[in-house]
Amino acid sequence: MKLNGKQFPLPEAVTISDFLKSQNYPDDKVAVELNGEIISRTKFKNITLKDSDEVEIVCFVGGG
Amino acid sequence: MPSVFLNGKRVNTSEKTLFSAFPKKENTIAILNGFQISEDIELNNDDSIYIIQKGILPPRDELEAMMSARHTPAVHKILKKSKVAVAGLGGLGSNIAISLARIGVGKLFLVDFDIVEPSNLNRQSYYIKHLGMFKTEALKEQLNDINPFIEVKTKNIKISEENAVNLFKDYEIVCEALDNPASKAMLVNTLLINLPKTKIISASGMAGFESSNTIKTEKKMKNLYLCGDYTTPAEPGSGLMAPRVMVCAGHQANMILRLLLGIEKP
Repeated sequence: MKLNGKQFPLPEAVTISDFLKSQNYPDDKVAVELNGEIISRTKFKNITLKDSDEVEIVCFVGGG
Repeated sequence: MPSVFLNGKRVNTSEKTLFSAFPKKENTIAILNGFQISEDIELNNDDSIYIIQKGILPPRDELEAMMSARHTPAVHKILKKSKVAVAGLGGLGSNIAISLARIGVGKLFLVDFDIVEPSNLNRQSYYIKHLGMFKTEALKEQLNDINPFIEVKTKNIKISEENAVNLFKDYEIVCEALDNPASKAMLVNTLLINLPKTKIISASGMAGFESSNTIKTEKKMKNLYLCGDYTTPAEPGSGLMAPRVMVCAGHQANMILRLLLGIEKP
């Protein structure tokens, strides 16, 4: 799949929730856009990522 | 015979150059079409000229025209009609609001629940006299001293998933300037999901004293612009400090300005 503009090999079908975990992204500090559509955190467990997907993940760090 | 605008009012002159029409004096500044002029220059029809006397407070109706002398005329007209919401009035939000007031954004909506504390003064635009005041009130007071010709609305409230849509639904440009990363994510997600016309200018990573040049602006999603270095959190040993926080605030304010002018490229 395409992750943040770059090709990213997806070895197996994985949910957004599990993918975030595998990349050490805390799921309460991210915004996830899948194929141009913003995905609510409540749906992370139900959506499986595919090779053809374009995913954008923004992970926020503290400070303001 | 050029017909020009002098301090906002139409006048006719038989002179051909700026300083023959409006002689240069020691205590005056001449601004022609948004640009300060020191060498004499030919006048054209509809030129906008401001002659400002140093050290003298002009009457209120002339003050606004004089303040806008440094704005590019077409730009000022658009900004005056624009409105922007700022969520969070800490180091980012207070400095962003001041920039937006200076450039003359007509309507600002400022949201924060907190009061000004001594530990805020290292980076946030507040003064000793503001300690204990609501940030909304302390900032509104400063904005009124900088540009009394804009409308400033405030709300003392902690932004939540439940109230965010209602708070910001009337704004197509919302600046995320919160501190806590989970709150940032909550606000960005809530607005992106529920307000599809709203553009968010958010920030992540501006602590410490790494190079200024690592702070950038990117269009991350259809309606999400992100400023910062994206990696440096505020944590023990890497606190938030005025210079880098203000660099990031400048990025956010400039992206807001660009969007108000219809430019979507970061």
